[in-house]
Amino acid sequence: MKWKFPMDEEVFDRVQRLEIPFNAYGLDSFGTSTEYLGHFFSALAWFYRHYFDVSTFGIENVPARGRAMVVGNHSGGLPVDGAMVLASLLLEMDPPRLGQGMVEKFANRWPFVSQIFARVGQLTGLPEHAEHLLQADRLLMVFPEGARGTGKLYRDKYKLVRFGTGFVRLALQTNTPIVPFAFIGGEEAIPTIFHLESAARLIGVPYIPVAPYLLPIPRPVRCQIFYGEPLLFEGNGNESDDIIEGYVAEVQESIRGLIEQGRAWRRSEFSRGRIHA
Amino acid sequence: MLVLITGISSQIGRLVAAQLVAQGHQILGVDRRPWPSAPAGVEMFEVDIRKRRAEDIFRTRQPDAVIHLATVTHLAVNPQERYRINLGGTRAIFDHCHTYGVRQAIFVGRHTFYGADADLPLFCSESEPPIAMATFQELADMVAADLFAGSALWRYPEIDTAVLRFCYALGPSQTGTLASYLRGPRVPTAMGFDPLYQFMHEEDVSRAICLALDEKLRGVFNVAGPQPIPLSLLIRATGRQRLAIPEPLLGPMLGRFGLPYLPPGAINHVKYSVVVDDSAFRQRTGFTHEFDEIETMNAFRQADRAGD
Repeated sequence: MKWKFPMDEEVFDRVQRLEIPFNAYGLDSFGTSTEYLGHFFSALAWFYRHYFDVSTFGIENVPARGRAMVVGNHSGGLPVDGAMVLASLLLEMDPPRLGQGMVEKFANRWPFVSQIFARVGQLTGLPEHAEHLLQADRLLMVFPEGARGTGKLYRDKYKLVRFGTGFVRLALQTNTPIVPFAFIGGEEAIPTIFHLESAARLIGVPYIPVAPYLLPIPRPVRCQIFYGEPLLFEGNGNESDDIIEGYVAEVQESIRGLIEQGRAWRRSEFSRGRIHA
Repeated sequence: MLVLITGISSQIGRLVAAQLVAQGHQILGVDRRPWPSAPAGVEMFEVDIRKRRAEDIFRTRQPDAVIHLATVTHLAVNPQERYRINLGGTRAIFDHCHTYGVRQAIFVGRHTFYGADADLPLFCSESEPPIAMATFQELADMVAADLFAGSALWRYPEIDTAVLRFCYALGPSQTGTLASYLRGPRVPTAMGFDPLYQFMHEEDVSRAICLALDEKLRGVFNVAGPQPIPLSLLIRATGRQRLAIPEPLLGPMLGRFGLPYLPPGAINHVKYSVVVDDSAFRQRTGFTHEFDEIETMNAFRQADRAGD
């Protein structure tokens, strides 16, 4: 492997403790590699502990075993939130868990990017993949706002945009608990003031964010993750749209509550001078 | 039971024949290529399946079951000939089965049926449509043959037809599509891409075919063995060297510098994974693979040394 981030010992130990069936080469059936995970999460752990100095609340709401979905708000021009949620699940849970996100489709066409995502358990965002992972009792990370969420501008920060409904149908079909979460700080870490649209189309990505300081690099802003109580809906996934949308609204409401809680926490810390920016 | 096997001289054909003979079946072997060392219990006919003499075997011997292995891939022959063998041959076989009262037919297809592309999910189920036609012209006749064989389920409902879509076979014979790709000491790959490869030991392929026959399987099924592994690991574990070439250069370099030739459409197959879900087959037949991925790669690799 060429891109070797020095392995963090605690991370290495946690990767070894993942309750996922790996073969003799440290690979699971989806192509996730313990070696890649070790390096990948060592890098994320540094950002989690030092760069964004993330505080996680309510991690006990995430089931220790069995299928589950963590579902939250998407923010910032780059998916910093996804990376930090993955880090919190590995670093704060005992036993540690591997969160598996659903990656934008363009990534799989890019050399190196496709290879790295595939080896660290982050599969292309296809309904089939989500279903296979849940059937294998994995932990899925879902951002129902999708690229609409990360693509929102700074003036719309922490406003939830329209949620997709597929995740609720899938949760019903597979009897999966939904753990809502709010990610706070992503909007401030990389405030997007406008998008380069034609350039984005040219290279096949949904958008290219432009920050006030031009470079789309997240600033070192303290971030927080708030996990809420699991929601388990009853049904088979074939319910009419009204019912499904009701459940989606319930999830959305729960995330909105967590965002409020998070922003209040952030304001109080800010006023006590414990955090800045 | 009297079983007719087309393409019997292939490695898989020989293994299937040997296994069925051991189980007490009588075998009629059909192939254009000879099989001089055919065991007792196998009656060989060196004929082309599309010719009159092949039909004569059906008429005079009235086999109970047919295992159709006589299909070729892009590596073997020119396109027109490939179409004639894969489509013309498959059509002739199913028509003869219908005309001469064959009760069971097994078509052995390939998992590359589904094609390789960035948007294709891992673990394709049998209901996934084939996108290979668009991305890989050279595979179109295999896709058509597969669908045509499946259509026998409604055209000739009296025949128990099974279409088996096998992942790559690998083993000591070092024959087959994947073995040809891995033939040389250096294996060309697309830089920055490392797809999952799904393969099974050739003896497991043969066991799965015999099991389908025993179980009188009906329908379309994916068949696979152990879990898929990344191409880079497959290359390393079989003692080869990976030559990662930037994609724009990959096409022009194939077939030169001692690298294997691949048709342009095949480049997607070294960039993206084709992985199938075989749970339906396992559930229906109770199939379990005997060789895991490591034993399978070792079996392939040890044949190198034997050859040296």
